Amino acid sequence: MSTQTIELANSSDLLRARLAARALAKEIGLGVMDQTRFATAVSELSRNALVYASGGRCELRDLSDHAQIRLQAEVRDSGPGIDDLQQAMSDGFSTSGSLGAGLPGTQRLVDHFDIQSGTGGTVVCIQIVRRRRH
Amino acid sequence: MRVPLLRLNAHTLIVPLHADVDDEGVLSFQSDLTERVAQDQVRGVVIDVSALDVVDSYMARVLNDTARMLRILGACVVVCGVQPAVALTLVEMGRNLVDVPTAFNLERALVRLERLIAATDAGDPLTGHLTGAPDEYAND
Repeated sequence: MSTQTIELANSSDLLRARLAARALAKEIGLGVMDQTRFATAVSELSRNALVYASGGRCELRDLSDHAQIRLQAEVRDSGPGIDDLQQAMSDGFSTSGSLGAGLPGTQRLVDHFDIQSGTGGTVVCIQIVRRRRH
Repeated sequence: MRVPLLRLNAHTLIVPLHADVDDEGVLSFQSDLTERVAQDQVRGVVIDVSALDVVDSYMARVLNDTARMLRILGACVVVCGVQPAVALTLVEMGRNLVDVPTAFNLERALVRLERLIAATDAGDPLTGHLTGAPDEYAND
């Protein structure tokens, strides 16, 4: 099991997070479509941390075992938190003038999506899970 | 690193976006391109995204906004070279993330661009809609 941590302080860190996400996905055997899903999801979440919380941290983890490939990204920030999670998770909602596809769009790219937000900040955890082909 | 704006001929620009363009780079690309198009009265722009292996909702919005700005100025825009995995993520993320004419590659993009320009010239000056001009969406 390996863990990589990328500190998110500016938009070049966003590129680093995206590249690290794709590299890890490739390394543990995910195909190009899943690599792209994972890299795109990490890009969305990392940008949220930068835009709404002026930074945070992205942790990439390989949680695979003999039966399945399980790749996780956890993006956490210590920003003001999301007032209305239900609203933030609904299509078309955005407070920053983006298309509002950010969070719900990210959720559709991955197999597990968990978000917790409060006054201490926001933590989003995503996973892509694939059965190993033997 | 700035995004290069390549002049193909008197009225066409080709803009290859590179993979490691960051958010600031994307915004300067947007303003450089709109200024250049207005200054040189460029009729058509091809934005080549074949180097992008990730297009997230932010990048998609910038592409849409840029195309809209250029159309307001009077230019036509075609995006080319969307990677299959990028098309997949854009569709899965949902909504009309990319709402711009597209083409497989640069060559087809230039053909499509010429048609768009011809259609604009032949069209109703108010709506830009075709008035008996060849169907721009017809296959090659």
